[in-house]
Amino acid sequence: MTIRYGQLCRLRKAYLLAVSLFALAGGVQAGDNPRDPYEGFNRTMFSVNEALDQYAAKPVAQAYDTAVPLPVKASVSNFFGNAGDFWSAGNSALQGKFGDAGMGVARLLVNSTLGIFGLFDVASEMGMDRYDEDFGQTLAVWGVPDGGYLFWPILGPRTVRDTAGWAVDSQLDPVGHVRPVAVRNSLRGLRFVDVRTSLLPADRVIEDAALDKYAYIRDAYLQRRRSQIYDGRPPRLDE
Amino acid sequence: MMKNTLFALVFSLFSFGALAQEAPDALVHRVTEEVLDIVRKDKDIQKGDTKKVVALVEEKVLPNFNFQRMTSLAVGRDWRKADAAQKQRLAAEFQNLLVRTYANAFTGYNNQRVAYKPFKMAAGETDVLVRTEILQPGAKPMQIDYALELGERGWKVYDVVVAGISLVTNYRDQFGQEVRNGGIDGLIASLAAKNKSLETAKVAGK
Repeated sequence: MTIRYGQLCRLRKAYLLAVSLFALAGGVQAGDNPRDPYEGFNRTMFSVNEALDQYAAKPVAQAYDTAVPLPVKASVSNFFGNAGDFWSAGNSALQGKFGDAGMGVARLLVNSTLGIFGLFDVASEMGMDRYDEDFGQTLAVWGVPDGGYLFWPILGPRTVRDTAGWAVDSQLDPVGHVRPVAVRNSLRGLRFVDVRTSLLPADRVIEDAALDKYAYIRDAYLQRRRSQIYDGRPPRLDE
Repeated sequence: MMKNTLFALVFSLFSFGALAQEAPDALVHRVTEEVLDIVRKDKDIQKGDTKKVVALVEEKVLPNFNFQRMTSLAVGRDWRKADAAQKQRLAAEFQNLLVRTYANAFTGYNNQRVAYKPFKMAAGETDVLVRTEILQPGAKPMQIDYALELGERGWKVYDVVVAGISLVTNYRDQFGQEVRNGGIDGLIASLAAKNKSLETAKVAGK
């Protein structure tokens, strides 16, 4: 498996290992926020990522956003959404939500056929809702604690649990099995641009809203994940 | 005849009572559609006329919000440390910040539609969540929920939750940090400075 994934995969593993080691080292100087024990390390990685974003990712996303017509952008998003539906349904099943899992498989079938390989999200228009599930959420439902917050360059915010979830998700990602490798890498690049573009409208709001951008993004991420784990209906926290 | 008049009188009293205490889901539905209707017709707002947007929000949206309650929720435990005057200033600055930030959401408006999720409320409930979804061509639906509380002046919104993220409690750690650094007055000063910088940035951007 590992050999078939080739160089990119090895690079990713090296990256994972390197960042994990940094995380452990950073953990020695733990902060006072119990939800963010590696804050010092995270803030460093956050500023690295801000620079990468400002000079590379964001300009590319902005160019894509202005140059590409809306129907094409929508088809790109739908295609990757469809590619993710199968493993999402798998995660519904792993969490014991078999109704959602069935719906996910039905969505996949409808969109891959009527929706022409997922370019059109016909299923949503038919009222078949998407349940976005991933292995990080499955681990949470199984009772694995989140292990603290981490901020990774390029990947962005992930708790320790979500990082493990992401590692499993990316092994089962259909895009990862595409041959030839050049096409696979182009798809990965396009997906990254698609995700970054979808976040462009939020940029301005975060800049305006936050007193401390790092903390604002961290807390938004943790709230969002909590909501996802409870399928959009988390119990209210005490005030 | 007499009976009919009495009936009409009682009926009108009832409907007046119903108006005074509009159900929370009806309130969210009415205000959302009123605001969207204005935005749909106003080319200046669509182009990003912040002044007009803020005026619209102040007239239509804010009367339905309880900002004192929102601010206490955002500040959390430290709220008790603030005196009445500080509470008022905190609420005013926080309101200013949220209005300035989210007024921009109305600009660049194109073809969004709002779907209202089925709403059920037990009799006598005073704290509810009204769920809506923004549908937009070419984008994933965005979940927006409003938490409302019944007070003396009817139902008022005290929290807005976008895609599972409470716009109010998301400030708690940041506010807590400010209070640890400079007390309640420090937090007020930081919020005022933030609002000021947003104001000047907007003027410079024009």
